[in-house]
Amino acid sequence: MAKTNGKGSIAKLPKALTGIHGLDEITGGGLPRGRPSLVCGGAGCGKTLLSMEFLVRGAVEQDEPGVFMAFEETPEELAANVRSLGFDVDKLVEQKKLFVDHVVLDTGQIEENGEYDLTGLFIRLGYAIDAVGAKRVVLDTLETLFGGFQNQAILRAELQRLFRWLKDKGVTAIITAERGDGTLTRQGLEEYVSDCVILLDHRVSDQVSTRRLRVVKYRGTAHGTNEYPFLIDEDGFSVLPITSAGLNHVASSERLSTGIARLDAMLGGEGIYRGSSVLISGTAGTGKSSLAAHLARESCARGERCLYFAFEEAESQIVRNMSSIGIDMRPLIKKGLLRFMAGRPTSTGLEMHLALMHRAIREFQPRMVVVDPISNLAEAGLLRDASTMLTRLIDLLKTEQITAVLTSLTTGAQREQTDIGVSSLIDTWLLLRSIELGGERNRGLYVIKSRGMAHSNQIREYLLTPRGIDLLDVYAGADGVLTGSMRLAQEARERADEEARAREADVRRRSSERRRAAIEAQIAALRAELEDEESAERRAQTGERERVARASHVRNEMARSRKADAVKGSSSNGRGSARTGARN
Amino acid sequence: MSTAAKKKTAAARDADTDGEFWNLRLYVAGQSAKCVAAVRNLNAFCEQHLAGRYRIEVIDLLENPKLARDDQILAIPTLVRKLPEPLRKIVGDLSSAERMMVGFDLRPANP
Repeated sequence: MAKTNGKGSIAKLPKALTGIHGLDEITGGGLPRGRPSLVCGGAGCGKTLLSMEFLVRGAVEQDEPGVFMAFEETPEELAANVRSLGFDVDKLVEQKKLFVDHVVLDTGQIEENGEYDLTGLFIRLGYAIDAVGAKRVVLDTLETLFGGFQNQAILRAELQRLFRWLKDKGVTAIITAERGDGTLTRQGLEEYVSDCVILLDHRVSDQVSTRRLRVVKYRGTAHGTNEYPFLIDEDGFSVLPITSAGLNHVASSERLSTGIARLDAMLGGEGIYRGSSVLISGTAGTGKSSLAAHLARESCARGERCLYFAFEEAESQIVRNMSSIGIDMRPLIKKGLLRFMAGRPTSTGLEMHLALMHRAIREFQPRMVVVDPISNLAEAGLLRDASTMLTRLIDLLKTEQITAVLTSLTTGAQREQTDIGVSSLIDTWLLLRSIELGGERNRGLYVIKSRGMAHSNQIREYLLTPRGIDLLDVYAGADGVLTGSMRLAQEARERADEEARAREADVRRRSSERRRAAIEAQIAALRAELEDEESAERRAQTGERERVARASHVRNEMARSRKADAVKGSSSNGRGSARTGARN
Repeated sequence: MSTAAKKKTAAARDADTDGEFWNLRLYVAGQSAKCVAAVRNLNAFCEQHLAGRYRIEVIDLLENPKLARDDQILAIPTLVRKLPEPLRKIVGDLSSAERMMVGFDLRPANP
C-alpha cells in the first residue's frame, strides 16, 4: 500500500496511493502518508473531485476509510456531484467506509465575543475519524473558515494547530484551497502544509480549455515537475504523465500483414512489425482512410481489437464508404473487435484529446490504433503542441506494443513531409500520391521508409476496387511513370509491340530457315561433285591396275612363247616383271 | 444583587423581550480557561437580564462529540440561543456583556 519512491536508498518516504490514474505515477506512489497535502486551484478546477476520488479509491481499493469534511457543499450535493463519476458515496457511507461531515458556516449569523478556538472542529473531525477508523481525511475548502470567523489571528493559530493535529493523528489528508492572486492559496495555507502541494489549473487558450495538474512541491521525493493534462469524466479523474515516456519499449519482431498481399511483398515480404508506427500520408482523396481501413480489418481478422479515432468523418460515414470498397465493418463493430471514436479535433484541446485517447486505449485494450487523420489535430492547437502530443501518443502506443496507423493529409507542396512533422517518429511510411498524367489523376503508392526491413523502392499503382485495394506495377520509362488509362494504353502498346516483335521473329526464323535450306542444298551439290570426283579417281586407279596386270600377263605370255628361261621365283619374278614392265 | 437583577430584568422585559422564555445552550470542551469563563459570563448575564425566564444547557463536546456535528459547532465556546427565534450563535468567552446585548438584540437596561 505504502509505496516508496525507489529513487534513492536514503529517503524512503511512506506514501499512500491515491488510486487516481496518473497521479500515483507522477508522485512516485501517491501522497505522503500520514501527512497533509495541499491541493489548490481556481474555482471549478476539480479540487473537490480529486479529493473525493482520493477518499473513494482509498476506501474501495486500499481499504482505508476516509472522512470528507465539506465546508462548501452539502453531503447531498456532494454525493450527487460525484455520482456522475461513478462514485456511490451513499453506499460507502452506509458501509462505514466514508464519513461525510458538512460544516455550515453562516457568515452573518455568528457573533464573536471574546476569546475562542476551533476545538469544535477538532472534536468533529476526531469524532468522524473514530467513527469509521479513517486513514484519510479531506478538508474541502478549509479557507471557507476565513469567511466565517473574523479573528484572523485566532484562525491562523488554529490552522497551524490543526495541521499538527492531523499529523499526530497519522491520517493522510488533503486540504483544498482556492488559488490566490499571485499566490498558491488565497490565505497562504501553503505556509502550513509543507510536504506536498499540488496545483490544479483550468486554462482556456484559443477557446479551448485544458485542465492541468502540477506537483509544485513534494518534500523528500522525486516527482514529475511538468504540467500534466488531466481529465474529468464519467470514470473520474485521470492525469496523464505522458511526457515521461522514454525510449525503452521492447521492439517486437513479429510481423503483421497489412491485408494487402502486394503491400506485404513491398514491405520485405512480410508486412509491418507489431507495435510499430505506420504513417500513411498523401494529398486529399488518395485513399489514406481506405488503406487504414484495410489494416484495421486485417487486425480484426487476426482477432485483435482495433480502435479507430476518426477526426474527420462520422462512424457511419466511414462504415458506408468502406463498404464501397468491399470492407464491411459492421460485423467487426458488432463483435467488439472494432471501435470508433469520432469527434472533431476542435471539440477540445489537444491535451484533452490525448487524455481521451489515452483513456479509450486503456479501456478498450486494442492491439492496433488508427488515427485518421493526425493532420487535423493541428487545428486544435499549435503545430508544435500537436507534434508534441503525437510524440506522446506514439510513445504510449509503443510502450503498450500497440501498432499505430496514422494518416496524414498533406498539401501538394509537401509531398514528402508531414504537416505535423512526426515523420521521424514513424517506422513505416507509406506515401500515397496522385499522379497526374494524360488528363487523369491516378494513385501511386510509395514506401518512403520502413525501418528494419528491406522494403521495395518501386512505385505501385494503387487501385480502389469494389473488392478492396489492388496494387499494380506502374510503367516507368522515359516519359515518367504511367498510370490509369495511360498505363492501359501503354499495356496495349506493349502488347502490340510484342506481337510485332513476334511476327518479326517469325519472319526472321523463316528466312533463316530458307537460307539454311539453300546452304544445305549447296552442300549437297558440292558433296555430289566430290563424290563424282572420288569415283572417277577410283575408276582411274582400277583401270591402271588392270592395265598393269594385263601388261604383266602379256609379258609372261610373250616370255612363254619365246621359251625364255624359267622364272626363278614368283616374288622376284613379280618384281622383275614389274621392272621389266616398267622398262617396256 | 437580586433586587438589582430583578429591576434590570423588568427593564429588559419592558424593552422588547416580552417575557419570552430563553433557551440557551453553551457548547464547551472540558474545563479550559475560555470555557470556564464563558459559563461564568453567561450565568452572570442571564441573571442580570433574563432572571427567571432562561434555561442554560451546558454541553461538553468532549463527552458528546456527536453533537458538534449535529449542531454545527466549530468554535469553542459557542453559545446558541434556541429560543426565542431566530436562532443565534455567539462564539467566544462572552467577556463583553455589551456585545451580548447587541448579539441578542437586547436593549441596554440602563440607557
